[in-house]
Amino acid sequence: MAPLADAEVRALAHLARLELDDATVARLADELAAHLAYVAMLDELDTSAVEPMTHAVAMTLRLRDDVPGPALTADDALAGAAATRDGCFEVPAVID
Amino acid sequence: MDDLLARSAIALAAEVRAGRVSAREVVDAYLARLALTEPAIHAYLAVDADGARAAAAAVDAAIARGDEPGPLAGVPLAVKDLIVTRGLATTAASRILDGWIPPYDATAVARLRAAGAIVVGKTNCDEFGMGSTNEASAFGPTANPWHLGRVAGGSSGGSAAALAAGSAALALGTDTGGSIRQPAALCGVVGMKPTYGRVSRWGAIAYASSLDQIGPMAMTVADAAVTLAVIAGVDPRDPTSIDAPPPPLAPPTVGDLRGLRVGLAREYRPADLDPEVAGAVDRAAAALAAAGAELVEVGLPHTRYALPAYYVIAPAEAASNLARYDGIRFGPRPPADDLDQLYARARAVGFGPEVVRRIMIGTFVTRVDHRAAYYDQAQRARALVRDDFDRAFTEVDAILAPVAPHAAFARGELHTPLSMYLADVFTLACNLAGLPGLALPCGATVDGRPLGVQLLGRPLDEATLCRLGVALEAAVGPARRAPWPPPGGAP
Repeated sequence: MAPLADAEVRALAHLARLELDDATVARLADELAAHLAYVAMLDELDTSAVEPMTHAVAMTLRLRDDVPGPALTADDALAGAAATRDGCFEVPAVID
Repeated sequence: MDDLLARSAIALAAEVRAGRVSAREVVDAYLARLALTEPAIHAYLAVDADGARAAAAAVDAAIARGDEPGPLAGVPLAVKDLIVTRGLATTAASRILDGWIPPYDATAVARLRAAGAIVVGKTNCDEFGMGSTNEASAFGPTANPWHLGRVAGGSSGGSAAALAAGSAALALGTDTGGSIRQPAALCGVVGMKPTYGRVSRWGAIAYASSLDQIGPMAMTVADAAVTLAVIAGVDPRDPTSIDAPPPPLAPPTVGDLRGLRVGLAREYRPADLDPEVAGAVDRAAAALAAAGAELVEVGLPHTRYALPAYYVIAPAEAASNLARYDGIRFGPRPPADDLDQLYARARAVGFGPEVVRRIMIGTFVTRVDHRAAYYDQAQRARALVRDDFDRAFTEVDAILAPVAPHAAFARGELHTPLSMYLADVFTLACNLAGLPGLALPCGATVDGRPLGVQLLGRPLDEATLCRLGVALEAAVGPARRAPWPPPGGAP
């Protein structure tokens, strides 16, 4: 299968929020094409009468009662972040 | 020390509970073995010797007070680094979580600690569980204790290698497409992938949420069964955990298998199957038949579609799950001019090539113009794979199959992504269908590499797998520790 166009790989990388260099884009163009050619085997199946299986076990997800309980403290939640300020995660400015 | 290393986890716990040996002595024996083997094996990404000794002292103090120390009192436990541990670094073998100290325990870890198990450290794995060799760990691969130049399997390769090397008595892994069973087979230990929903996924770092499951890895089937009983059960923090009675805490015993029907699927016996792998399945079938089980041929006609379905669904879920790694809440933060650049740069620097590849595949197959052709079609194929098993389990109580297409292979041998994915061909249908699977040793290759087989069962019927497993174990011999220094020599 022909490799994906570099522009298509770059568009996917943007959707996936990945900054890729040119060499990686070229490699992924080949690898994605090979992968898609392999999984095209699924087209052999007539699935017109099959319901998609969205999860391993058919179940209705339970909801807990809407009652406050113990939760992570703000300090615990922030402890893994590289930058915090005033009890919040610090991020680059999004508004000038 | 060797005497302690030779005992099963439940035998060790019995000794500790009876006061014949202290938890501290057990932990020290395992830490000594770990110090000896670890430089060559690299089963662990973090070792918590101080924490383990403190926990052992607490178990010993509880016993001295006459308190109940739990069914796994003093048992040294290795936890895959894809499972979070309070206060102990957890990376998922990824640079994007380098340095992260979780503020909570996974439910499975909390239940094992409450049962008296001692967390020794965090084991190496393929990054976010994405791989079958541990070569996709950001922190270097794990060596197979039976032959240092060969892979330990993956993604729970560190947990399997720790058991085989004798640096843990019990381990936790996760299995999304075979990641407990395949390394267990390659390292010659026991691995159980429970029914989907049997064990809470709270604290399991998500790879593919409709497939992921935490499970026990051990030196004996009974150890795995008891560990499953400890960690199983509904958890309010995981809405997909099943509210069913847990499996029995009493270890399974060897008994008559008459009345049990074991299926052999022709689709798991391709003409080009490695003859030594096929031989292991034949030995296991003969042993189960000799113990009274009836062997029945079954058909699973959609088996060949399991692999392509998995390699659409799992990357799709991974692309979604891994969106949370944004360089802000945890992990290293590279310099960036604006928020978009920070996201894209942190993820590019933090994720390894296999993770990037799967995120890109997952993004492709779920893009609005591709979704129907790829993702929806894969979900329909998944239903057909499950329907095959549903039909087969009206005729048989379990299915016997190979685990991996080959015994442990050399590092670098599977060098294209697709050749690596094909290593999962016998394991991932179990995950698609949500079934339990038990892998256990069954002999070795002529050059001494372990061989394994797996038993697949009905949902929530791990007990039948354990009943068959202990019989098989009794017939073909239990898992063994690799001798030290390793027989296969240095790489």
